[in-house]
Amino acid sequence: MDLNGKTAVVTGSSRGIGRAIALELGLNGASVMINYSSNDAAAEEVKKQIEEIGGAAVTIKADVTDYNQCESMIQNTIEHFGRIDILVNNAGITRDNLLARMKAEEWQDVIDTNLTGVYNCCRAALRPLLKQKSGGRIINIASVAGIHGNTGQANYAAAKGGVISFTRTLAKELGSRDITVNAVAPGFIETEMTETLSEEIKEQVTSRIALGRLGKPEEVASVVLFLASSADYVTGQVIAVDGNLSM
Amino acid sequence: MSVEAKVKGIVADQLEVAIDKLSAETTFEDIDADSLDVVELVMALEEEFDLEISDQEIENVNSIGDVIKYIESKV
Repeated sequence: MDLNGKTAVVTGSSRGIGRAIALELGLNGASVMINYSSNDAAAEEVKKQIEEIGGAAVTIKADVTDYNQCESMIQNTIEHFGRIDILVNNAGITRDNLLARMKAEEWQDVIDTNLTGVYNCCRAALRPLLKQKSGGRIINIASVAGIHGNTGQANYAAAKGGVISFTRTLAKELGSRDITVNAVAPGFIETEMTETLSEEIKEQVTSRIALGRLGKPEEVASVVLFLASSADYVTGQVIAVDGNLSM
Repeated sequence: MSVEAKVKGIVADQLEVAIDKLSAETTFEDIDADSLDVVELVMALEEEFDLEISDQEIENVNSIGDVIKYIESKV
């Protein structure tokens, strides 16, 4: 699993699953562009950790809902590392509410970040990826909510379901250029996003997971590493990393 | 270098065909260019000639000669 000489952009990688992905790719030799939206200190900490093990990393604050910022993030990556090989679209937010109470803003914010953000970053990365003529890897972080649906998450599930269909389509469009496009669909993972769930909900959820526990961010990251490094003949797929959750 | 020579050079490079096989009459179909090939070609032309080429503008561009005419009208 050697990513030496490869460059990876990981959106939303100052915390949670994105952070674990940035560390995993960095640990395996990739130069990493750590994108974040607000938490400068947390992003710096991820950069430091990658540098401590001898890797290369740069942080960049960019809002994935803004195409121009995505474009300059990609340009910045190429200025720093000379190329781009791997794009991991991980940045995501939740604004949970039952649809009966969901405000238009809660709907739109989630669609903008979780779905349009993926379009923006892929669109911006495509020109350099095609120009390099050396293939590439796009890995989109979806969610099991995007496969099965989830009460209170109509916005999130719609965005993630959109990401899955987008992934399958892009895999078809770019296959001839040896650019693989896959999605990873995490279930319940121990991050700040799930920290706010009540103990009662957590127990309820855990009872529906075959492995009997929530997942760790590192367990998602190792599947992303697999797709980024050795899964040469895998494209257009959605891999659930959910401990076999029955929704 | 003339526009014609530059365009031929870019097409040869992008689509990996021998430059001496290209003439103004050569169509994209002749050189087995698929839709993504044409998009890549447009991207390369935009960079070489510092242009922005819209989707509508490339709709009627089918041959090397069409490309040369189009570029010459723009630069």
